Amino acid sequence: MTAPTAAAASRRFAARLPRLETLAAWLLAIVWIFPLLYAVWAAFHPSEFMVRFDLLAPLTLANFLDAWEQAPFARYYLNTFLLVTGIVAGQFVVCTLAGFAFARFPIPGKDFLFMLVLLQLFVFPEVLIVENYRIASALGLVDTITGIGLPYVASAFGIFLLRQTFKTIPRELEDAARIEGCGWMAVLLKVYVPLAKPTYLAYGLVSISHHWNNFLWPLVVTNSVESRPLTVGLGIFSAPETGVNWATISAATLLSIAPLLVAFLLFQRQFVQSFLRAGIR
Amino acid sequence: MANPTTDRRMQVYGALLLLPAAVLLGTFAYLPIVATLINSLFLPGFRDAPTEFVGLENYALLLEDSTFWQVARNNLFYALGTIPTSIAIALGMALFVNGRLPGRGLVRMAYFTPTVLPMIAAANIWMFFYAPQIGLFNHLLGAIGISGPNWLGDPTVALTSVIVMTVWKEAGFFMIFYLAALQSIPPELEEAASLEGTGRWSYFWRVTFPLLMPTTLFVLINALINAVRVVDHLFILTKGGPNNATNLLLYYVYENAFSFFDRTYAATITVVILLVLAVVATIKFRVLDPRTHYQ
Repeated sequence: MTAPTAAAASRRFAARLPRLETLAAWLLAIVWIFPLLYAVWAAFHPSEFMVRFDLLAPLTLANFLDAWEQAPFARYYLNTFLLVTGIVAGQFVVCTLAGFAFARFPIPGKDFLFMLVLLQLFVFPEVLIVENYRIASALGLVDTITGIGLPYVASAFGIFLLRQTFKTIPRELEDAARIEGCGWMAVLLKVYVPLAKPTYLAYGLVSISHHWNNFLWPLVVTNSVESRPLTVGLGIFSAPETGVNWATISAATLLSIAPLLVAFLLFQRQFVQSFLRAGIR
Repeated sequence: MANPTTDRRMQVYGALLLLPAAVLLGTFAYLPIVATLINSLFLPGFRDAPTEFVGLENYALLLEDSTFWQVARNNLFYALGTIPTSIAIALGMALFVNGRLPGRGLVRMAYFTPTVLPMIAAANIWMFFYAPQIGLFNHLLGAIGISGPNWLGDPTVALTSVIVMTVWKEAGFFMIFYLAALQSIPPELEEAASLEGTGRWSYFWRVTFPLLMPTTLFVLINALINAVRVVDHLFILTKGGPNNATNLLLYYVYENAFSFFDRTYAATITVVILLVLAVVATIKFRVLDPRTHYQ
């Protein structure tokens, strides 16, 4: 979809926008980024400046300290980190094997099985919270990080992406490796996986952002600080009934989004390319 | 190559490769779907009593449950309110940043940034805007002498407030697909059109928009799924209130299962969501890409 030459060409010939549209584009951009800037303002100023925009208002880090003291954010960070790493690692292994099988092996009823897998593109684990909760508790996975992550490991999306990628890899490369005496596993690891690196990168970034931000299923399946990820911790911390003041909530919100947001700002191109690559089915 | 024993071995090997995914999908996708369908036919056993088979009674209850109908209607309005608006805004954004625009990178970043935030964080930020007395919106309105509505507390406004926040969160994501599609349209088309004196407006409606149709349909499917799947923001903004004015189907499932502990009724509502998703999937596979065989 994004042939680089076409993109470059269209950039070269792209018509300069009329002045009115330039103005509209910028206005819309300001409106769109304003909520985030406002959160930054609120987090770095004493709470009496929430609705008083005084450029000389004193800056403070007190809100961050308050948030850090009032909720176990260090633990939430660790949990989210373990959760996201575990899910992505699990997805890479499971989806690679399944994608490889769908791409290269003569399995009876393969097309039907593949349609069954694609079903999960529509029915996400969080839609089935009621039954998935019962299954997780039957398996003793309630309130564990494994319990949050496991339903997402066999991702239809990952299987689909890797299958498509593996299918584009010429058989000749595989044959060459087999002549050298490689078994199937070695062929997979030495030929297919290295050539699919861009797909892994794209899928990994999309998966990290998705699971860093995921909320409903983690909320349902956790009930203690030891397993709650950042989103759930933040949700509980900032629920209106807790009466925590807004400046502190802003600080907590920024704390929770900072790692992903900073990564995004640094690697914008990779993020956008990944979402695109992963989105085109 | 057509050696039956190698073929057989390949089949076994392939099946083994599929096994981990099959077990996991079976446990967390197919089994729960089947269990949901079955449980919708039972009443929960209270205390230690076993569950009781009641046939379609839960569905009869559902049809008489005015809250269910309100929630279903809300979800429909929510979809109608978020989807066309965010698609139109996304398209506008893409057209803006596809043109020659000073500070294009910054503008594109501003549009896309809400996409990388968790819904919970987005809801927190918007809470500061919507809060009744001290919220920024009413503060600013107050400064010019207007007393603003209770954005989340007034049942006639609350759903719209939730919709506005969702559009803000989603539009930038859809924009990138339009942007990619726009960049694949050969620029010669526009040159030819401008040589013939076609105005930009009619060029857009007669050339660009039709060429973007596959992207629009792709975005539409995604937006439809999100409209029934994402309810995270409700936990912060309204908890489905006031008086269920902003309650959506999946949130109603959550309430029934984990607040009212009526999991068979929750299963019955889940079946409704599954039906909606089945319709979306059918549209996707049968109508939109009947010729894509996923080869």
